[in-house]
Order: sequence, then structure tokens, then C-alpha cells
Amino acid sequence: MSTSVTVTIDDRQIKARAGEKLLWVALENGIYIPHLCAIKEESRPNASCRLCFVEIEGVDRPVTSCTRPIEEGMVVKTRSLRVDRLVKTAFELILSDHNLKCRECPANRNCVLQAIAKERRIKLRYDRFKPIVREFALDDSPAEFAFDRSRCVLCGKCIRADREEAKIGAIGFARRGINRVVTTFKDLPLAESICTECMLCVDVCPVGALYYKKSQRQKKGNPLDYPGNKSSG
Amino acid sequence: MSATDPRKIYTKLLAESKEKAGSRQDKPQILIGTATCGIAAGALQVRDDFIREIKEKGLEADVIEVGCMGHCYAEPLAVIAKPGFPPICYGHLDEGLVHRLVEDFLVGDDPSYEYALAALERNDVFPIFEDFPRGAYEKKLILENCGFIDALNIDSYLALEGYNALVEALIQEPAWVLEEIKVANLRGRGGAGFPAGLKWEVCLKSGGDEIYVICNADEGDPGAFMDRSILESDPHLVIEGMILCAYAVGAKKGYLYIRAEYPRAVKHVQVAIDQAREKGLLGSSILGTTFSFDLEIFQGAGAFVCGEATALVNSMEGKIGLPESRPPRLAQQGFRGKPTVLNNVKTFAYVPLIMKRGADWFKGIGTPESPGTAVFSLVGKIVNTGLVEVPMGTTLRQLIYDVGGGLPNGREFKAVQIGGPSGGCLPEAELDVPIDFDSLHDAGAIMGSGGLVVMDQDDCMVAVARYFLDFTQHESCGKCTFCRLGTRHMLDILTDITKGKGDRDTLDLLEELAEDVRDGSLCNLGRTAPNPVLTTLKYFHDEYRAHIEEGRCPALSCRDLILYYIDPPRCSKLCNVCVGSCPTEAIFTREDGLKEIDQEKCVKCDNCRKACPPEYSAVVKLSPPVLPSDKERKAK
Repeated sequence: MSTSVTVTIDDRQIKARAGEKLLWVALENGIYIPHLCAIKEESRPNASCRLCFVEIEGVDRPVTSCTRPIEEGMVVKTRSLRVDRLVKTAFELILSDHNLKCRECPANRNCVLQAIAKERRIKLRYDRFKPIVREFALDDSPAEFAFDRSRCVLCGKCIRADREEAKIGAIGFARRGINRVVTTFKDLPLAESICTECMLCVDVCPVGALYYKKSQRQKKGNPLDYPGNKSSG
Repeated sequence: MSATDPRKIYTKLLAESKEKAGSRQDKPQILIGTATCGIAAGALQVRDDFIREIKEKGLEADVIEVGCMGHCYAEPLAVIAKPGFPPICYGHLDEGLVHRLVEDFLVGDDPSYEYALAALERNDVFPIFEDFPRGAYEKKLILENCGFIDALNIDSYLALEGYNALVEALIQEPAWVLEEIKVANLRGRGGAGFPAGLKWEVCLKSGGDEIYVICNADEGDPGAFMDRSILESDPHLVIEGMILCAYAVGAKKGYLYIRAEYPRAVKHVQVAIDQAREKGLLGSSILGTTFSFDLEIFQGAGAFVCGEATALVNSMEGKIGLPESRPPRLAQQGFRGKPTVLNNVKTFAYVPLIMKRGADWFKGIGTPESPGTAVFSLVGKIVNTGLVEVPMGTTLRQLIYDVGGGLPNGREFKAVQIGGPSGGCLPEAELDVPIDFDSLHDAGAIMGSGGLVVMDQDDCMVAVARYFLDFTQHESCGKCTFCRLGTRHMLDILTDITKGKGDRDTLDLLEELAEDVRDGSLCNLGRTAPNPVLTTLKYFHDEYRAHIEEGRCPALSCRDLILYYIDPPRCSKLCNVCVGSCPTEAIFTREDGLKEIDQEKCVKCDNCRKACPPEYSAVVKLSPPVLPSDKERKAK
């Protein structure tokens, strides 16, 4: 039997299962915390996007809420000067490596980056950091979808869908540092890889990196990724 | 828990090894330092020269390869131990000197003191290393045997009562070992200084049937080579420490994670493991007891990030070497999901010494909060480059000036970089900081794994910060946003500054970003990567400002901010040296016979400045890069 504990998030008292990660407790109770890489089913969070910082009373610096299990009596603030500063920097860093031609993007108005920018009032443009210029070839080899790496935020959701849901293993992370990419074995175009084109990856992509070629088909998306959703869908 | 008394077997091993060592002592022994540092300086050639000369003279003498003595500045090194004389250490050896030593000392009885560095035993004739100024500060614990024993021969270690600590522990309960380490307050030497005893205890309490002990020998900081030297020179000390740890926490299997770029360390450790197993000191039923523990080497493929604990474990499991968020700590859930003790090479090396001499002895050395010694590799602009071991609490000033001999050729001290890419640069004003985990942290640097780079007026602090950021940016695994993109932008900003680009906002942005990368990164490599930037911004702010406000590099080092100029009053018509030294034919002879540089053609290679004879020293670097004639024109 799992015990339930009470935590206070932004002055709201919330009852939830002990050990549950803070991020999901907040999101499922309608309290939005920006996040890109978090996957609820993952026992060990990726913790790579660095957007879900919160402050916990008694902890000396902001912590990522995706890695923090809740404890009885925990008092959490989702906003503070320090949290906002870290989130803003992390977000602007991600933007500096993201193709910001939103009008040309199939995910325009259905994009988690846009949602975060709106909620945190951060401008969607290159500001403090110059854009990192690189060339990516568009992979439109699959019949119904395409992969544009210039929009990829390396959240890893497509990889999980490919491996854990579809059980294929066609894509994964490769290379290091600034050159980290999602790619296939030997960098083959998706259609030439073992990809079955099941398109589970397209539905979980929070931005316009993986997209349906026919614009009438919309991604399903996860409502928890967007602010203002009170149900877990 | 002993089935038979381990002392019985050990007594026999000890007697055998001492007998072998004793039989060697009636003829001269030549110990040659052939650790990687020695080999790089030509030690293998020196070894062959000795063997050839000895053979030619028909002498009876043993040439033995030993590890690193720490006096890397004087490599290649050898110690000659001839019966009737104290063992004497000679440095800077070459073929001629070897010939002379064999002829005069081995054939004759003249130790050629004029070439000797020091004797190793107190005598009436020649000083020993302890008599030198550095002797007053140095205290060798884990380096004690380095450079004096044959790392490839376990008898060499056994004869010095090696593995005795293990025997003493085996006749006690494992809890005793843990208690001693806890009482000794041995702090992890990997950099952060986490108490080893606490780590072991968490691991022990996490329990389970499978517990692992891993030694982190993925040393990768530029300028650091302590772990390599210890593994090459005294591998059994580390192995004994690991066995003791395994006994304390109940592990049956351990690994040494050694980077593949350390082939000699890998070889020496492998030979040591094999020999220890053969003697029954490793493997099943160690020394006849019911305690079993075995070791294996895992070779790291050279990613700097794999020195980070969770990334190291991932790479051992065959995954990509990426760090994970913690908790869970490795001591709870580590290799293969089992409790794992992961400590640095040096941490394990202290364990047998603490067991042998007691926790109180250990606490008597160093400071109350950081007991024991610190091992540093001294490099950069320092006279005595090499490995040193000093008690914690020694100041940086003592370490650099008294132990290291100060800066060569009267150069002026500017900064010392401690702790590698995760460490910081400290200026003259901070040199009286005592070396211990907490004081260095407060000053903005870290103990790190022990690299110490001394810099002088010719070193540009912006360029130094840029160098380290280039390193971390290159070695970033790319997993988290702050490290992947933050270090990249920091590097770009620093590169701009070295070119004189930027304004006051640039420095503010750099500082803000550095702080955010420190506070927001996933693992400790990312969190510490901004340290070189933050410390140089703090202590050398003026130098940053000179770059962007005046387009001037005070150290005359940033290429885009200097030009080469031949000062006509100092140049001589009679000399043509610089003309020939220039690879791009940028230097021409003027009508008056003096030389001048065509700035369009100059690639700033520094050849002409080096070539210009010291009596003229006519080639100078100017920063900002404005020719005196242009300056005058501007002034008018």
C-alpha cells in the first residue's frame, strides 16, 4: 500500500502518493511547470532539458522537479527570481540551437516551446545568445512524415516511443556535446533504416522536428505539456 | 571469519620475498625510472645504455625498472645502489653520463658526486632529498614507494611488508576496517572530498548479495598525472586498498576503471593483479580465509565525462557514458543496479597505510577537517615540475616556491590554476590559502584531482579561461542544456574577447551565463566547468576589460590583439637572422639596411622574435596592434 502525503505547491495543499515526482504532482493538479524531456513512466528521469526548476523550502538552490520525489510537508514554489532566471537561460539556450522560423513550421501554434514562451513571457527570438549555425539535411524519406533536425530539442521522447512503445529501436542519441543528435544506425535515412514508420515518435514530438507531411493530420500531443490543462487526458 | 590463520601464509610469502630481495643486495642495483614521464624523457634508451655498458665491462649488476620518483624535471633518472655506498640518485642521464657512471662508480669507486642529485639514505658525505628546501615540506605517504620498487614484481612490494595491512584486517572483523577509515576521516581524493568511510557505510547498509568496489582511474585533467604515476609505480598499494575496502563492505568483485590512454598503467596493474592472485592475495579464499574478492580492469575509451561517477558506471554497463541525475547514489544503486563503492586511485592508496599505522596517525597529518596529504602534479612555469606530496594545510605559496622551487629565469608569478577544468585560477593575493578541501573551495578553486599549473606574465588569463572552456565544451557529453549549449556560448564569448570584440555587457552576460551553468547543470562536470571563467573574471577583471575596451592583451599573447614590430634603433644592419627565420618572407631589408616586417604577410609565428640575437632584442610585440608610425599619425 502506498502512503499518501500532503505537499504545498504555490500555496495550494495537494495530497498525492509518496515518492511520486514533484513535476507530475504539480502538472496533474493543474499547476504548470515548463518541461520538455520528462516522461512519467521513466523510473530514472532524463533530467536533461533543465526547464522544470522549482524552489523547495529548506533546499539551498533550485532543483529539477522531475527528479524530486515528494515528501510529507514539502513546501514548493514554482516561481522565484532564481527559478525564473535559470529557466529563462535554459530556454534561451535551447532557442539558440533551434530553427526559429515558426511560420514555416508545421507545429506552429501547437508547439511546446511556444507554450512555454507564452507562459513564462520569454520572447521567441535569438536574444542574449547568438544562434548556433549548422546545416542539417531534412530527412523526408518516410512516406507520411519527415524529420527536421534543425527543430529538434533533444528531449528524447521519440526515442522512448520507438524503443518502449513500438519496440523497434530504429533511432537513438549519437555523438557528443554540441553534436548530439537523434539519428539512426549509420545515420541512414529513416526509410532505409529498420524504422517501420509506425509514427508513434511523431505524436510525441513536442516541437516540429518530427511532423506529418500532410498538414491536415495533426499530432496528438500530450495536454500536460501545455499550461492551462487540468486533466491528464 | 578466518578458516585458517592468514598470518601463516603471509609469513611464508614475506620470508620468500625478503630472501629474494636480500640475495640481490650483494651486487650493485641500478633503478631506472621508467614510468611514462621517464620514458618520454628517454629512460628506455638509458636503461639499454646501462645494460650494454655493464655487459661490456663484464660486471655483475641488476638493472631494474622502477616507477616515478616525482622529480620529473630531472628525467631520465636512475638510482645506483652499490654495496658500501649509500644509494645515490642521478638525473638528466644520457649515454655519456651512463658510460661515465659505469666506469667511475661501478668499475671504480668514485660515485661522481658532481652529477648526483641526492642520496637516498643518510650518510656523512652527500645530502639526501630531505635536506633540500622541499624536504621540509614534503611528506610522502602514498608516494613513498613510487620510484623505488619494481612495479612488475610483487616481491618488491611484499618485501616492504606490503599486504600486511590486509593480513591484520583479516584477523579482525570487517567492521573494524570501516571504523578505522571513518575515524581517520579519509576524504575522497577524486576532487570533492566526500568522506570515504561514510560512502562505504551507506554501501554496506544498502546490503544485498552483490556489492561492487570500483577504482576510478579515468584521470583526464590537462596537466594531471598523479593517478597514472601511482598505478605505474606502486599498483599493489592501490590493489591492497581495494581489497581492504571490499572486506569492509562485503564485496566479492571489483574493477579498476583505467583509461586506455594509460597503456603502461593498464599493463602494470594487470601484472600486479595476476601476481597477487598467484600468491593467494586476490581471488577465492584470500590467504586461506573464507573471504574472496577478485579484480578486473575495465579500460575507458577516453571520454572525459566518464570520470564522472554515474557516467563511468553507464560506460561499464555498455551504455553511452552519460551522467544520470542523483539520487540514487552509487553507494545505494550503482554498477548493475547494485550498491557500489567508487573511489579515486589515491583514496584507495591511503587505506593500507591507515590500517597499518592507525587512524590517529593519519589524523595527526594535515588539518583536522582534511587529514592526510595532498598529491599534486606541478606543471607550467615552475622549476621543479613533477609529483609532490605535502600535508594538507601547506599553503600554495610554500608549495610553489619552497617545494616547486618557484618560477624559472626570474619570471614573475601571475596565477596558479588548481583542479583542472573544474578548478580555478588564483592570483598572488590568494597564495597564502592553505591547501585543503574547504579553503580552496572558498577561494573559488577546488582541490580537484591534483593538477597544479603555474602561470606567469606571458599567460593571458582570458586565453587560459578560453582554453579550459574549449576543453570542457569539447568533452561535454551533450546530455543537458546548460553544459551542451551553455559551455558553447561561453566559449564563443571568450573567443570574441580574445579578439577584442565585446563591451561591458559582454562581460556581464559571460558572468551570468557562467553562474547559470554552475547552478543549472545536471552533473558535476557541468556545474564546475564555469570555475575557470568565474575565477578569472573575479581576480583578473582588468585583463578582460583591457581586451574589450582597449583592444589590448596585457600578456601580449592573444594573436588578434598583437603585432610584431622591429624597433629600428635596436635593429642592426649587420644582422640578417630574422629574415631567414620568417616562413612567409614577411621581413625585408629597408634602404637603410635595417629590417622591417610587412604586416600583411606576417602570420605572428614568433620565429623572428626568438631568432633575434639577445644583444639586439629588436623584435617586439605590440598590443594593441598599432604601429608606432600609425600611432603618431593618429595623434596628429
